[in-house]
Amino acid sequence: MKYLTLAATTFLATSAYADTPELVVYTYDSFISDWGPGPVIEKAFEETCACDLKFVGMGDGPALLARLKLEGARSDADIVLGLDTSLIAAAKQTGLFAPTDVTADYDLPIAWNDESFVPYDWGYFAFVHSTDLTPPHNFRELGESDIKIIIQDPRSSTPGLGLLMWIKEAYGNEAPAIWAGLADNIVTVTKGWSEAYGLFLEGEADMVLSYTTSPAYHIIAEEDETKVAAPFDEGHYMQVEVVGKLANSDQSDLAGAFMEFMVSDAAQSVLPTTNWMYPAIMPKDGLPAAFDQSIEPEKALLIPNEAVPALRKEALAEWLSALSQ
Amino acid sequence: MAFRAFAISKNTGISAATLVVLLILAALWAVLSRAEYGSGLGPAEWSAIHFTVVQAALSAGISTLLAVPVARALARRRFTGRGLLVTLLGAPFILPVIVAVLGLLTVFGRAGWLNMALAGVNLPTISIYGLHGVVLAHVFFNLPLATRLLLQAWQTLPAERFRLAAQLDLTPHAVFQSIEWPMLRQILPGTAALIFVMCLTSFAVALTLGGGPRATTIELAIYQAFRFDFDLSRAALLSLVQLVLAGSAAFLALWIIPSVSMGGGQDRARQRWDARGGVQRLMDGIAITIGALFLLLPFGAIITQGLAGLMVTPASVWQSAVTSVGVALCSVAVLLMLALPMAGWIATAKRGSVEAIGLFGIAASPLMVGTGWFILIHPITDPVLFALPVTALVNALMALPFVLRILVPPLRDTVQVYGRLSQALSLQGWPFWRWVVFPRLRPQIGFAMGLTGALSMGDLGVIALFADQDHTTLPLQMYRLMGSYQMEAAAGAALILLALSLGIFWIFDKAGRGHAQA
Repeated sequence: MKYLTLAATTFLATSAYADTPELVVYTYDSFISDWGPGPVIEKAFEETCACDLKFVGMGDGPALLARLKLEGARSDADIVLGLDTSLIAAAKQTGLFAPTDVTADYDLPIAWNDESFVPYDWGYFAFVHSTDLTPPHNFRELGESDIKIIIQDPRSSTPGLGLLMWIKEAYGNEAPAIWAGLADNIVTVTKGWSEAYGLFLEGEADMVLSYTTSPAYHIIAEEDETKVAAPFDEGHYMQVEVVGKLANSDQSDLAGAFMEFMVSDAAQSVLPTTNWMYPAIMPKDGLPAAFDQSIEPEKALLIPNEAVPALRKEALAEWLSALSQ
Repeated sequence: MAFRAFAISKNTGISAATLVVLLILAALWAVLSRAEYGSGLGPAEWSAIHFTVVQAALSAGISTLLAVPVARALARRRFTGRGLLVTLLGAPFILPVIVAVLGLLTVFGRAGWLNMALAGVNLPTISIYGLHGVVLAHVFFNLPLATRLLLQAWQTLPAERFRLAAQLDLTPHAVFQSIEWPMLRQILPGTAALIFVMCLTSFAVALTLGGGPRATTIELAIYQAFRFDFDLSRAALLSLVQLVLAGSAAFLALWIIPSVSMGGGQDRARQRWDARGGVQRLMDGIAITIGALFLLLPFGAIITQGLAGLMVTPASVWQSAVTSVGVALCSVAVLLMLALPMAGWIATAKRGSVEAIGLFGIAASPLMVGTGWFILIHPITDPVLFALPVTALVNALMALPFVLRILVPPLRDTVQVYGRLSQALSLQGWPFWRWVVFPRLRPQIGFAMGLTGALSMGDLGVIALFADQDHTTLPLQMYRLMGSYQMEAAAGAALILLALSLGIFWIFDKAGRGHAQA
C-alpha cells in the first residue's frame, strides 16, 4: 500500500509538473546576466503565460547558431533570441526556424519584412572613447593615427562581424587597404564584445568597437559622462537583433506568445536600460534622456541579409590576410 | 611466461589504456561522422600551425634559458624564505590559467604596474598582446617549472666535486664549464621538450592574450571552427594535426624528459667556495630578485584585487565553487582508476611505449573530445546531465601524462624490489597494491592527486560546451562575470579559485607526505 501511495504521489507530482509548460530560450550570455534584461523579462512573461520560462546562455551570437547546428532538429530549444542581421541568412540555411505571423509597428531605420525573425532591438556600431581623446572622423584617419583600438573577432562575435561588413559596405574593393592601415592600431582582437569592452575600461586601449548607445550606459548606470562614441563620416553600420521560433518546438503556441511579448511595451521598455540598445518599438514613455546624447549617424549602413554570407567569406579572407602580415 | 609472472596483472592496465584510446578515437570519429563538407586547411590554419610551433619553441627556449641563472642562484645561496620560494615555484604550474592571466594583465597590461613605472621614467611601454603576451604568459607558467627541474638536477651534483674545484682554485667560469655545464647539457633538452609539448596545446592563454589572425594556436583554431563556422571537418582535421604534432613531439620528448618530481629535499644549499666573490653574490641576488618578482607580483595582484572583490562576489560564485570542487574530486577518482593500472603495466613492462598512450591525453584537443562526446550523447539523452562526468573525464585525461611520469619510476623500483618476495607469499593483485604499493607510493600518489585536482579545478575548456546556467564551474562563472563587466566580482572569484586550487593540491600532497615522514 505504501508503495502504491508513493507511486500515485510520484505520478501526480509529475503530471502537476507537466501542467506547467516549459519554454526554453537559447540566448547569449550577457542577456541573462543579473544585470541584463533576462531576469526582468522572465518575471514579466511568467506573470502572463502560466509557464516556466527558461533562458539558456550560449556565449555570443555566432556560438548560439553553432550550438543550434550541433543539436539540429533534436534541440530542446523553442526560441532562439539574439541572432542579428548578419546571421539571419546563415540561420535560415539550417531550415530549423519556423515562419511567424508576429508583426508590429517598428521604429527601425529600415523596413522590416522577414517571415521568420522578429526584431526586438537595434543599434549602430561605433568606436567608443574617453572625452580626453580627439577622435578620428573616419577609418582612413584612424588608420593614419597612432590611436590604439580593440576589436572583436568576426569569427566569434557579432560586433566583429559588423565591423567587417561596415568597412566592406563603406569601402568595397578598397577594404583591404583600410584594414592594412588599421593593422598597427589594433592592440588585440578579442573573442567577444564583453572582453573587448572590459579591456578598454581597464585602460588597455584608446578606443573600442561597441555601439553608439554604450555611453548611455555610463551616464545612467555610473553617472559617468566621460565616455562618448566617435561619429564616422562614412556612416555607421547597423545591427538589428532578432528572435525566432524553432520549427521543432513542442511549445509552438507559447513560443509565438513569447515573440509577441518581446515586441510588447513590457519588454521594449526594459531593453534600453538593460541591453543598452535602441528598442525596436518606441516605448510609451519614450527613451531615457541619456539616449538623446547618443550621436545620430549621418548615414545608416546595412548589407541586405541574403548578401551577407558571400560577402562575409570574401571580407573575412581580406581581414585574415591584412592582419596576418 | 610462467617463470616471469608479476605481482601486478597486465590486464587491468591494458583495459585502462584501451579505454583511454577508445575515448579519444570515439570522439574523433563522432566529429568526423557529422562533418558535412571538407574545406581543408586554408592559409589561416597554416598560419595557426606556424604560430603554435613558433610560440611553443620560444616559450620553451626562453623559460629554460632564464631558468638557468635562477636555479643556479638558488642552488648556491641560502637565505631566509628560500624554502618558501622553492615551494612557491610549484604554484604557477597548478594555477588556473584564467586567474594567472588576470594577474599578468594587472602587472604587464597597458595600464599595468610595469608600464606605469616605465612611463614614469620616460621609457617606451611594452605590449602584452599577440606573440609577446602569449610567450610572456607561458614563461610565467613554465619558468618556475624549469627552475625546479634544474634545481633538482643541481642538487644531484656531489658536493665533493665543488670541494675539489675549490682545492684546485678553479675560477667560477671554470667551475661552470667543468661541473655544471655537463649536467645542464643533459637536463636542458628534456626540460625544453617538456615545456614545448605543453605549450603546443595552449588554449586559454591564447584565447585571452592572443586571438586575431596573428596569434591563433591550433587549439584556438579548433575552438573557432566549432564555435563559429561550425565546420566540423576543419575542426576534426585540426584536431588530427594537433594529435600528430603534439603526439610525436611528446613521443620524441619522452626519451629525454626528466622525470617530473616536485617532492621535498631541495631546501638545502651546498657549500660553494666558488660563489663567494662579490660579483657572484650580486649576480645571484639579481637573478633571485627578478625571478621572485616575476613570480610573486602577479600573485600579489590577484590577492590584493581579490580581497576587495570578495565583498561583491554573488552567491552564484560560491555555488559554482562547490560544483568545481565536486568536478575536481571526480577527476581525481577517474584519474586514479586509469593511472594506477596503467602505471602498473608500464612498470612491469620493459621501457614503456605504453607511456605514449598517456601522452595521447595531452595531445588530444579537449574541445574535440568534448564535442565528440556531445555528438555521441545528444541523440540518446540530454548532454547537460553528462556535463560534469565528461568534464571530469577530460580533465583526468589531461593530467594522465604527468601523473604517469610521477608514478612509474617509484612503482618500477617497488616491483623490482618486492616483486619476488610478494610472489613467494602469493601476494598478488589487490592485496599487493594494498600492502606493498600504496604505503610506498603514498607521497607520489598524493602529489599526483593534488596535481590532478588543481588542474581540473582551473580548467575552462570542456565545461563551456556543455554547461547550462545551473551547472557552471568556478572558472566559467568567473569568465561570465568578466563578460558582464563585473570585474571586481571576477577578481573575488579569482581569489577563491586560487585558494581552492592551491588548497586541494596542498591537502592531497600533505596527506601523501605526512605519512611518509612519520
